[in-house]
Order: sequence, then structure tokens, then C-alpha cells
Amino acid sequence: MSPINLIAAIGRYAIELVSSYGKAGLMLWRAIAHIPNPKKGVPLVIKQMYVLGVRSMVIILVSGLFIGMVLALQGYNILVDFGTEDSLGPMVALSLLRELGPVVTALLFAGRAGSALTAEIGLMKSTEQLSSLEMMAIDPLRQIIAPRFWAGVISMPLLAMMFSLVGIFGGHLVGVEWKGIDTGAFWSILQASIEWREDIVNCLIKSTVFGVVVTWIALYRGYEVQPNPEGISRATTSTVVQASLAVLALDFLLTALMFGN
Amino acid sequence: MLTRKIELLVGLFLLSGVLAFCVLVFNVANVKVDTKDNHYTLVAEFNNIGGLKVRAPVKVGGVVVGRVADITLDDRKLVPIVTLTMDKRYDHFPETSSLSILTSGLLGEQFIGLTPGFVDDDIEMLGNGDRVEDTRGALILEDLIGQLLYSMSSKDK
Repeated sequence: MSPINLIAAIGRYAIELVSSYGKAGLMLWRAIAHIPNPKKGVPLVIKQMYVLGVRSMVIILVSGLFIGMVLALQGYNILVDFGTEDSLGPMVALSLLRELGPVVTALLFAGRAGSALTAEIGLMKSTEQLSSLEMMAIDPLRQIIAPRFWAGVISMPLLAMMFSLVGIFGGHLVGVEWKGIDTGAFWSILQASIEWREDIVNCLIKSTVFGVVVTWIALYRGYEVQPNPEGISRATTSTVVQASLAVLALDFLLTALMFGN
Repeated sequence: MLTRKIELLVGLFLLSGVLAFCVLVFNVANVKVDTKDNHYTLVAEFNNIGGLKVRAPVKVGGVVVGRVADITLDDRKLVPIVTLTMDKRYDHFPETSSLSILTSGLLGEQFIGLTPGFVDDDIEMLGNGDRVEDTRGALILEDLIGQLLYSMSSKDK
């Protein structure tokens, strides 16, 4: 390959990258810029919240319980060496609220709901359902994309809250019921060290940001799919990969902003 | 069409999310809904506050009666000024009470210990905005070790 072609290839790649960001931004803006008609929009959002939120609840609750239990067990083994096993409560609760709650929920959400979103919209696109909606003068961005976006953004923080709570309960199960830490000590130290502004509000902010990012990536990948079976499978994979990477990278950024100082 | 079942499940989902949030806020973070009028503030001047932080508890005999609201430096005297928010339930401390910065455990968090003073006819109770005169600063572990080493080496001579 001649150097000129190489430079041109780099340039093409960069232009495609930037234009895909631009297209993704435009898609989101067009989808959410209109004020939704409450009579027609809300039922669509509710329907999507059932698909994205309610159906993700089981996996979120079960994995939250197990992650809390594992954290408590591992933490106990280390803390007991220093005779500070009473601080197991804050250890479990802080790890869950500050990091694992939002991040693991977002990763599971990307795998469980994000991939389904991409596949659904990708199939709609390749069977030209989106174009036929446009033919009937219905804006697919408002009818298809916007309700799914809002449902994802609303569901994520709720799921992260449930995940953290169930995780703390799992930690309580292992720490108090199995390992015999005093219930009073577990809860009082936990309550003394969790700050509502610092920990819970930041957990909400993180999970909302992750909700926006995961749903956005999933919708964009579906909307810009190559309209054939291979394209759909590639778009679904890239949704999970890109959403997971974006969540982990953003998590570092948000953590640095929130707790870095 | 939306079926009734879906609406019910989504409603349940929203409620359980909000419920989880509320349990986390009120049970795990232990936020107490408090209004301005069940608090009063005290001000105290220390020579050294060590590692005292905002929101550290104020304890009387181990019972939490208030929290550190603010820590600033006096402009002229250049000593730390600590503002305390005290629970209105406990407002019967005489003005002869003293504050000292203590450490829970050997290396634990620092808190303010309030020792109630004597009560006499002409001694008033501490009220909103009052200044506690009798204060003792934090014990700095490094200073203590330094003093110990100094006294040991002077004994050797």
C-alpha cells in the first residue's frame, strides 16, 4: 500500500468515527427533543419499562445477592485477621453503593437489555418497518427510539438501588447469620459511615449516566445496523462490547470527579 | 395495547426501586429528617484539632448529642474555630462544660467529648451561638512520642 493510500485510509476512518458520533448525537437529540405527548408517549414508555426494567429485575436481584455475599465472605476473611470484622458492614455497603452497584448493574443491563434493544431495532430496520412508519408519517425516532431511551434511563437507577440493597442484605446474611458478627455492630457502623449525599446520591448519578450511555449505544447500534443477518449479529455484539467499555471508562472518570479530589 | 398485567408489574417495579432508595437513605445512610428548630449551635476554639472532620460526633459519656458542623480558622488569632450543631433534646449543659478532642480506639476516628461542668446559682446553661471557653485540643501521637523520647534521653544523662 502506498503512503498516500495509508493516509487516506486513516482519514476515512477518522471521518467515519466522527460522523458516527455526530449521527448518534443527532439521533438522540431528535428522539428526545420533542416534548412527548403524555397521552400517547407514557404508555409506550411503560411498555418498554416492562421489557427493559421488570424483565431485568430477576438477574439484577440474584446477582446482587450473590455479589454481596461474596464481598462479605472475602472481606470477613481479611478483616478477621485484624480483629476488625465489625467494619464488614461499611466495607460491603461502600463497595456496593460507590462502585459495584452502578457498574455491575450497567454491565448486566447492557448484556440483558441492551443487546435485546439492538437486535429488536436492527430487525425493524432490516425488515424496513422503520421506513414504513415514516411512510405513514409517523416519526420512528419518537415512536420507537424515544420511549426505549426514556425507559432505559429511568430503569437503570432503580435497578442499581435494588442491586445495592439486596447486596447489603446478602452481606448481612453472610456476616451476621453465618459468621456471627453482632447485628447491632454491623448496622451501627454501617449507618455511621454511609453518607447520603456522598454515597447514595453519587450512586444515583453514576447509574443514571450509565443508563443514558448503555441505552444510547444500544439504540444507535440498532438504528444504524447493516440491514442483513450478519449486520444484526455484529451490531448486537458491538453493543455489549462498547457499552461495557464505555461504562468502565466512564466509571473511572466519574469516580475521579466524585471521590478523587 | 397495554395489558393490565404489564401496568401492574411496571408499577411494582417503580415502587420497589423507590422503596430500595428510601431504605438505603433512611436505614443505611441513617438520614434523619430534621428541621432547623431542633438544633442549637455552639462555637469553640481549639489550639489544635488534629484529624477532626466535619460531621464528627459530639459525645457525652459515649452518647452522641451533636455533630461538628463547620471547621474554620480564626483570621486574627490563627487558631481553629469549630462550630457544633447540638440536638435540642440535650440543652442542659452548664457553661462551665469543657470540650476535648478524643480518639476512639488507638488509631480510630476523632470526635469531640463534652464533659458537663458544675452547676451553681450564677451559672447559666449553654444556648444557641454560645462559646465554650474550656477546650482541650487533640493529642498528637507524634508529639507524644517526641516527648517520650526526649524525657528518656534526658533521664539517661
